[in-house]
Amino acid sequence: MFIKEYFSTIYRSIKSLLTGMKLTGYYFTHLNKIKTEEYPDNRATLKMADRFRGEVVMPHNENNEHRCTGCQACEIACPNGTIKIITKQEILADGKKKKRIDSFIYHHDLCTLCNLCIVACPSDAIVMAQTFEHAVYDKKLLKKILNNPDSKIMEGVE
Amino acid sequence: MNHTILAISLSSIANSMHQSLQALLGDGFALTATEMLIQGLSLIVFLVILCFYLGWMERRVAAFMQIRLGPNRVGPQGTLQIIADTIKLLLKEGLTPNSSDKFLFNLAPMIMVITSFLVVAPLAFSKDFQLWDINIGILYVSAVSSISVIGILMAGWSSNNKYSLLGAMRSGAQLVSYELSIGLSLISIVILTGSLQMSDIINSQSNGWWLFKGHIPVIISFVIFIIASTAEINRAPFDLAEAEQELTAGFHTEYSGMKFAMFLLSEYINLFIASAIAATIFLGGWMPLHLGNFEAFNHVMDFIPGFVWFMGKTMFIIFIIMWFRWTFPRLRVDQLLNLEWKYLLPISMINTIFITIIAIYGWHF
Repeated sequence: MFIKEYFSTIYRSIKSLLTGMKLTGYYFTHLNKIKTEEYPDNRATLKMADRFRGEVVMPHNENNEHRCTGCQACEIACPNGTIKIITKQEILADGKKKKRIDSFIYHHDLCTLCNLCIVACPSDAIVMAQTFEHAVYDKKLLKKILNNPDSKIMEGVE
Repeated sequence: MNHTILAISLSSIANSMHQSLQALLGDGFALTATEMLIQGLSLIVFLVILCFYLGWMERRVAAFMQIRLGPNRVGPQGTLQIIADTIKLLLKEGLTPNSSDKFLFNLAPMIMVITSFLVVAPLAFSKDFQLWDINIGILYVSAVSSISVIGILMAGWSSNNKYSLLGAMRSGAQLVSYELSIGLSLISIVILTGSLQMSDIINSQSNGWWLFKGHIPVIISFVIFIIASTAEINRAPFDLAEAEQELTAGFHTEYSGMKFAMFLLSEYINLFIASAIAATIFLGGWMPLHLGNFEAFNHVMDFIPGFVWFMGKTMFIIFIIMWFRWTFPRLRVDQLLNLEWKYLLPISMINTIFITIIAIYGWHF
């Protein structure tokens, strides 16, 4: 009984070791499976993963209109005070007063790209962009105003 | 046997150099000293360049097996990377810790490298091209290579660091145990050949390598030799002496700069030596591959120079050792000793009996 166990141990170990060597041997002979991205060289053809987060941006349509209502839900959701929204009162055509954003200030240097603001936004006004290479020499350049100058809120977004 | 297409072989170069030096210097002490100097220098240059190449090969093979690219920036395919690394190590400060035993600390890397160079002496690189064809070649190799444990213990002890000491102690236990299996698998070929001399062992394989001539027992002892010599040269999966995750770098934790580079150099020379010995005693050293009575095939094989055969076989075994270095996980200390004392040693003992029977009845080809 002991002898049988002894030899079956040897057999099983050799088999499992050869299985491992078969896999690494397969990788060694199939060099087209290499996963490495040679980054600065393949910048033109680089494909980012869907879940990659580069920075927060506010998309505008062709009429320079965004979807931000100035509700400040993203500002409250942000754990480290990255977003600062300055609002203004706008008098509409029918004489009513309405809250509008003056500037959506985004501190890229403080942002941890946690995605909580995007989740919190009720009107899908902000999204994560897949841009990269954000390094700059001046810290001031990382303080960004996301809404374009003279932009308006889109019709129908409340 | 002498159908070499190249009129110039390594041994003829050596002979013509010997003759011209003899004409120049006469037969006295000056000739001996000059020849020793030339031999030593060419050996050191050869081994250092080989280690550059092995370091690059190791990293590329590892990368390919892990679906990476490895060093490919410095020089074509990254071949000059290791030279850049060497320049970096040369420029670094060789730090000696304050509370270490300074004399032993600085002596240890030298002992490691000297031991590694000593073992190269009886290796036959090509036909009649051998530094020292001593009649106890195999015994010399196994005796001298075990001195390296002194270097490792010395490095571990003198560093005055718990990681270094633990690594050195593990290495001591490992080398003492695996020495036995190496000895027994070397003995199996000595039994078949009846000689300890390297040139005799190679000449006995002129009609076929021992790996093919000796049936299954020789294949088993070849496998045991590869496993045990991997343990002997402290490489993964037996790299407990320098287990990075547990002991930072084991016995060479405190070393930096050129002293560290000397440990690295000796590791790669040991890798080369272990593979070269396996190639010499099991795969016939510089002997070309001969297949029974296929005269045409044998003639073609004879045209390939012996040095190419030797290096080809050595590189093949080095590749296999690298292959399982980058495949297998590291053994625990108890598993390491289990493997040797419960598996490798009993198997190689019984295997030796079988080989003796084969040798007595002449059942090998």
